Amino acid sequence: MRDLTREILELIRLTSTDLPAAVENKIRKAIENEAAGSIAKGALETICKNIELTRKNTVPICQDTGTPIFYVKYPEGWSQRRLIDQIKTAVAEATNLSFMRPNAVDTLSGANTGNNLGDQFFPTIHFEEIDGGVLTIDLMLKGGGCENVGAQYDLPDDRLHAGRDLEGVRKVVLDAVHQAQGEGCAPGFLGVAIGGDRGTSFAASKKALLRPIEHKNENNELAALEKRITDEANQLGIGPMGFSGNTTVLETRIITAHRLPASFFVSVSYMCWAFRHRKMTVQDGQALYE
Amino acid sequence: MNDQITRRLSLPISNDGILDLHVGDPILLSGVIITGRDAVHKWLFDTFINKTRLPEGDDLKVYNAMKSILDGGVLYHCGPVVSRLDNGEYQFIAAGPTTSMREEPYQAEIMRNFNLKGVIGKGGMGAKTLAACHEVPAVYFHAVGGAAALIAETVKSVLSVHKLEFGAPEAIWVIEVIDFPVVVTMDAHGFSLHAEVRARSRDMLEKLIKS
Repeated sequence: MRDLTREILELIRLTSTDLPAAVENKIRKAIENEAAGSIAKGALETICKNIELTRKNTVPICQDTGTPIFYVKYPEGWSQRRLIDQIKTAVAEATNLSFMRPNAVDTLSGANTGNNLGDQFFPTIHFEEIDGGVLTIDLMLKGGGCENVGAQYDLPDDRLHAGRDLEGVRKVVLDAVHQAQGEGCAPGFLGVAIGGDRGTSFAASKKALLRPIEHKNENNELAALEKRITDEANQLGIGPMGFSGNTTVLETRIITAHRLPASFFVSVSYMCWAFRHRKMTVQDGQALYE
Repeated sequence: MNDQITRRLSLPISNDGILDLHVGDPILLSGVIITGRDAVHKWLFDTFINKTRLPEGDDLKVYNAMKSILDGGVLYHCGPVVSRLDNGEYQFIAAGPTTSMREEPYQAEIMRNFNLKGVIGKGGMGAKTLAACHEVPAVYFHAVGGAAALIAETVKSVLSVHKLEFGAPEAIWVIEVIDFPVVVTMDAHGFSLHAEVRARSRDMLEKLIKS
């Protein structure tokens, strides 16, 4: 089995310092929608300057380099234990090189481990064995500010008059955006999961964020709902950083998960504008990044 | 709040200087500031304000060092990425603001205790802090969340660090900044952009939920 430590280190460097062009383009387009001279427009312009600067200087886009969340798809024959070791070594080295802030804190004592390596839950690594000979690793760095404004609803929700249907989903997701205000570093991306249990629902809402920006939801009804939620979230007028303005949400992605008859969860993972997500593909001994 | 001309402001700030600031004013701050976030607020509150624990170790020494800088100064809600250079000096690599609302239980008392003229953060703060802004007087300066490298470039030097045992992101970094870009979003006259946006977006949410 090949050692991928160096390749994973490069994946972390790229994810932390170089925002994907598709995300940057969304932000640049949003500038045009904000009033000339407004502090909302000023905030988006500052964000774009920062994106250029971090790409040029190879430094983190945001000081909160977040929870490192790895999604590994591997062909038969690879060892999960060895991949975990390689990911951990790369994470510690990336921290040493200041591509990441030391972010793993012992919950009870408050002690920071200093190298982003914690217990079995930190960093987060999801594994899936797949057919074929290509290994891929998706990495998302998700900061604490936006993670804190994530929300989970249990439908029906009487306060919001939200029943167990897509109309109910729309209402609770808009409520989550309202509750978040600017605290999740708006304009954000919404990952929404409908269904699951409490745990799988939140995990699925993060997975929803992995769908490439240009890919439409395969379910037409959900695709329409995604668009409607984004449009209506922007009508809330919260704006970049909560300064008021026309851009609050850049995109919404919905995923579904089978549920129990008794449960109907809607989980919202809020991703800040600094949507740091990169993918590495290892094929024929070559690592490619997108 | 449109088309405001950006003003430069040096620390420490006088009461008159604070009363001159209004919601929507873009400001470039220069001078010596201190970082402090979750652990620092709890430590200050428990040890020196609520006094539920006794000072130990270097607590008093650090507190006294903070006092002289924070009197008329500002506290920055920030957990930076800091690199240690070969000569032993520290350099700020990425240093954007963290969400301020978590400090709402402590902020007002800490403002009064130190005669703070402001805090820098993101997301705004609540009614208790707004009342303290009016009383002290002080303001809330909003920095752009995630503009970490851009803000780190305004940090000209790291003067000292305290409580490194809290971990690098939670430590008390004493830094000198030049032209740190912020916007006033809560002022000493009782106005909060955040309260206004929250109320307005609440009305719109109600309309959208009924439709």
